[in-house]
Order: sequence, then structure tokens, then C-alpha cells
Amino acid sequence: MSTDGGRRPKLAVWKFASCDGCQLTLLDCEDELLGIAEEVEISYFLEASSAAGPVPYDLSLVDGSITTRQDAERVQHIRSVSRRLVTIGACATAGGVQALRNYADVAEFRAVVYAKPEYIATLATSTPISAHVPVDLELRGCPIDRGQLVEVITAFLAGRKPDVPDHSVCFQCKQRGTPCVIVAHGTPCLGPVTHAGCGALCPAYGRGCYGCFGPSNSINFPAFIPLLRRDGMDTLDVVRAFRTFNTAAPEFDAVSREEARR
Amino acid sequence: MNGDGTREVKLGALARVEGEAALHLCVREGEVTEARLKIYEPPRFFEAFLRGRAHTEPPDLTSRVCGICPVAYQLSACRAVEDACQVVVDGQLAALRRLLYCGEWIESQTLHIHLLHAPDFFGVDNVIELARTQRAEVERGLRLKQAGNRIVELLGGRSIHPINVRVGGFHRVPTRDELRPLAERLRWERDAAADLVRWVAGFDFPEAGCDHELLALAEPGTYAIECGTPTAMTAPSAAGLPADTDRALPTRAFDIHDFSDHVVERQVPYSTALHSVLDGRRHLTGSLARYAISGRWLSPVALEAARDAGLGDPRQGTVCRNPFRSIIVRAVEVLYAIDEALRIIEAYEPPSPPAVEVPPRAATGHGATEAPRGLLYHRYTLDARGTVTDASLVPPTAQNQGAIEEDLRRTVRGRLRDGEPTDAELTALCERVIRNHDPCISCSAHFLDLRVR
Repeated sequence: MSTDGGRRPKLAVWKFASCDGCQLTLLDCEDELLGIAEEVEISYFLEASSAAGPVPYDLSLVDGSITTRQDAERVQHIRSVSRRLVTIGACATAGGVQALRNYADVAEFRAVVYAKPEYIATLATSTPISAHVPVDLELRGCPIDRGQLVEVITAFLAGRKPDVPDHSVCFQCKQRGTPCVIVAHGTPCLGPVTHAGCGALCPAYGRGCYGCFGPSNSINFPAFIPLLRRDGMDTLDVVRAFRTFNTAAPEFDAVSREEARR
Repeated sequence: MNGDGTREVKLGALARVEGEAALHLCVREGEVTEARLKIYEPPRFFEAFLRGRAHTEPPDLTSRVCGICPVAYQLSACRAVEDACQVVVDGQLAALRRLLYCGEWIESQTLHIHLLHAPDFFGVDNVIELARTQRAEVERGLRLKQAGNRIVELLGGRSIHPINVRVGGFHRVPTRDELRPLAERLRWERDAAADLVRWVAGFDFPEAGCDHELLALAEPGTYAIECGTPTAMTAPSAAGLPADTDRALPTRAFDIHDFSDHVVERQVPYSTALHSVLDGRRHLTGSLARYAISGRWLSPVALEAARDAGLGDPRQGTVCRNPFRSIIVRAVEVLYAIDEALRIIEAYEPPSPPAVEVPPRAATGHGATEAPRGLLYHRYTLDARGTVTDASLVPPTAQNQGAIEEDLRRTVRGRLRDGEPTDAELTALCERVIRNHDPCISCSAHFLDLRVR
């Protein structure tokens, strides 16, 4: 991408409610880390550096979901000082596993949360970054895939659209040559409705996909849910299967609520 | 300086720690009146939403407490659920779990050593700056870190939130052939780790001690990682010794089922993490505690490296209580974990099946393992169908908060005796004191007790 005066683009990494795993993915790029640091100036990355560079930032990577009032304000500021904002991972993109609070009995939850209100300030919901500010790209996964993260940064530097397909995990099983665990073993697997990106890891290890990249672009629940039941899941199992790390993703949220009403 | 002669230092957001925390320090007439590690990481309520889940779910769910030590969460969860269901996972399955855990130790300890801790010893802000003067050492560190990740990726599928761990064992176990290239790499990395120990041993260390009880798992015959009995070593002051004594002191052990009788959590107003005390006293978990409790069981190559690095011989009753030197102990643990990984790979025979059955049982189960940052305890109560009705997670950083605050008081008091430091100097010193213990704030903040009492 073109930058003023040929300076290196400035990268910032931000954290909200999360396990830190997605920003850690950047530090897990052992082969690329020092190279990336030559191409971009890591201006703000609290987990990795005590120094903070001046605003604005060319690319902000945002890890984590919004669960407090202060964080809801902080993300507005981050948007205003960022040319591009990319969410990294299921928390920032869909609210994360902490969005399970969204299903808690509100009265009980409130009584519980405000038992010592002077100690803890937290919102009753966990929401994705896109519920608060415009987002340029959402990277899926709990955690994100290291290769996809490098692709996003590389594409940004080259001024092109990153190659991050939104088809289902099934495509990646075929690419990898993994026999279908549903067809071959009758193992319940969320692969047909789950966004690709992990490389179809779980089926390669003999277990069904558990949906950690969230919904794909081609979902047909009326055909899919009966398959889960055929392979031994009851209603509670189906609800639990969709209520994990992407529970607040609209498609997963809708199907789990519908199943829970059964 | 305030009007009443009190000086306040507030450090907004700590850098190079995992998660969100701040520091609040008050100094009056040369005395530290307040030292608070203020954890403001938003709570995520794991213990609340674990209720109602199946007994097979805690490994995958609690993995998400921490992206830095997911294996620790998965394996503490497995142990606790298996304890409730009266299932013992042993033999090659247990060995594979230990191998997986060695991978996480290598990855996490080298991350802390190179990216978070070492910059303090060179007066730089981050690893990128460090690489300008220590390029070869940083590259070696990143290679070691990658080797740790390779172990976790091979056994777990991926390094962050591995997918292959399940209650009872694994979904799939590797063949001997799959492990062979890994062993070849690890033999190289073992020499690199010995060099790493020598590198960090050459850093300049301030004189320091810590007057805390040291708590770690003990498993006689081995350096406890994935199982063991909680064991505490007396604090120096209780034995009439100075905080920086390097002498081993008497230990006492307690049953894991009695953990919550001994380690008691309480809420403090300034933190979203619970503070814990051990039998009413301040305690420390992590590398220094492990080295004190299990050091004698290190492998010969790790023992020799520790001795050459000036840590003394743990078999002769020498321990390390200087938190700044914890970086050396971490490096020794990296070397040990590589050596141990090689030992496990050499003795490996693929177990069949890859997991034992874990039928649900109405009971409460307890499990603890040694996360890179220290002892991590899980407890689950199940009903007869295996539904979790109660869950409790006690992470190492929550346990270490009291010790970190005491280290801050001790260090700042010592510094004030040498004249008035600038705010910047005091801040940098406090950050170092905190980083000595590799706090993982993301872990610690998610354990608020939601129950109304």
C-alpha cells in the first residue's frame, strides 16, 4: 500500500475481553515475526512492547469482545485513530465464549452481578466489535489461523484484498484428503455449516468439527440438524454444540434458540 | 507528591504481561503504604457458564480461559473430571499428555524469557529492539519457541486451543514414525536450550529475595508437571531466615481433594481477580516454587546446566528465592522439558484405544497440574448424567497476586533507602518486579464467584 513519504505502515494490536490467544498468534509467527517488524512499524502492542507510537495507525488488529462500558468507549477511540480495523478471532467477530452470558436468566444474572456492584462493572452482554464501530474485515476462528493472519497483513501491505474464503470446512477436508467423518463413521460434525480457515483439523484427528470458526456462507440447517440427530445427538446436545465460541454469531444464535424451544 | 507528603505512582496499563492490569503504589516518608496490582481485565464468568454443560466439555471450554496455556487448562480439566468419574489415565496415554505439556512449557517459557522478560535486562522496550543487539539469541529463542509449538501442533492439532485432547485421553494418537522428525529437531534444540541457560545466567541480577511460602505439585521420582500432590515450603521468616536465603526449608503436603480447605480465595475491591492465601499465609506458585519442590528430580543435563548457571545443586538443598533470577529457572525448565520430551518419544509405543471410557458419575472431582506460570486447580461437581452443576478454577496468577504485591513493597522500600527515585525509574522497577512472575492476567480475571451468598 502507498504510505506518506515511504514510511513503514504502523500496526496496532488491541485487546478487549479474550484469552489473548489471537494476538498471541502474531507472536507465534516465529519465522515471520522479525520480517514483519521490518515491513511494518509495530506502534502499539501492549502484550509485546512497553513503547507506544503516535496515532493514527494504518492497521489495527482488534482481539476480544465488548463487555464493559469503558471498553465500548475505548473501541470508538480506536476506530477514530485507525485507517483500517480488522477484528481477529471469535471474540472480536462474534462475542466469543463469554457471550454465553447472553442466555443467562437476566434477573438472576443481575442479582448475581450486582451483588457487589462497587467491585465489578460489567455489561449483561458480550458483543462483537462490529456492533459498536464499522469493521473493515473480520478474521474468524477460536483461535485465528496463523496463515490467515499473515495473509491479512501481507495483503494489506500489498494493497490487495486478502484471500480468506468463506466456504465450509468440508472444502478443506476434501483438499486435505480426509474421509468424511459423518459419512464414514457417523460422527456428528459441524463442518458442513462452519466457516473454513482451520485447515479442517478436527476431522483429520478423527473428531467432528466443533464450529470454532463460526457460520459459513452456505448454511442449510433444515437439512443439517436431522443429520446430527441421526448420529445420536439429542436436543440438549444440539443446543450445546452451537453454544460455544461463536454462540452469538447470528446464524448459530438463531438455530440454538430455535432448538432450545423444542 | 500530594499535600500530605504522600507520593502516588499509578501505572496505567502494564506492558509485556498477558492481559490487562495496572499498578497503584503509595509512598509516605520512605515507606510503602500501599502496593496494589489492579487487575481490570473484564470478567468472563467461566465458572458460571460451565454449569449445565456435559462432563466431556470442560477441556475445550476452559482452554479458552487462556490462549497462552490452553494445554494446562485442558489437562487440569481432564484430571478433575476423571477424578470425579473414578477413571485413571495412565501408561502411554499419560506419557503423551506429559509430552504435550512439555511442548506448552517450552513455548510459553521461551515466550516469557525472550519476548516479555529479557528486554528488561537490556533496558529496551520489546523483542524487536532486543534483536538489534542480540539477533542470534532472539532467533535461537524463536526457534526454541517454535519447537515447543511443533510438539503441541503434532499432538494437539494446533498450538493455541489444541483440538485433540479429550476426557480419557486423545481423539487420535501419533505413530512412532510421526514423532521421529520431531525428535530429530529436539536433539538440536536441547543444545540450543543449554546455550539459552548460559545466556540468561550472564545477565545482571539485582540482589533480592522473597518471603513467601512456595507451592508446587510434587511427584517423587520426576519433576512434577501434569500430576502430583500439592506441597508447600515454609517461608524464610517463619524459620528465622532472611528472604534471600537459598536454603531449602521444611515442606508439608496435602491431598488435592482438600485443596479448597488450604487455598482460600477472597475478593478485593480493586481487582477482577480473586486473591488466594495458603493456610492463611501469602504464597507463590510457578518456576521458583517448582524448582524448590521438585528441583532434585531434574534430569542430569538440566541439573548440570542449573549448577553451571549458579543456581546451586537442588539435591544438596539449594533453592532460588531471587525473583529476578526466575528467568534462569525458566530456561532450565525449557532444557528439562526438551530432554523429557525426547525421553518420552524414545520410549513411546502407540496406545490403543486412544482414550479410555469415562462414564459419568455423580461426584465432585479435583485436578491440578503445573501450568507454566504455576499450579492450576480445577474442581467440578457432576450429576449422574454427567452435567456440571458446579465448577471452580484457581489459576496461578490469582494465587500469586499477594506475593507480587509483597515483592513490590520490598523492592520499592529497598530502592527508597538509596535516595529518591524519579517516577519513571520507580515505574520501570515495579514493572520488572511484576514481570518476574510472568503474570497471566487473562487467566486470573475470570474466576469471580457468581453465587449470591
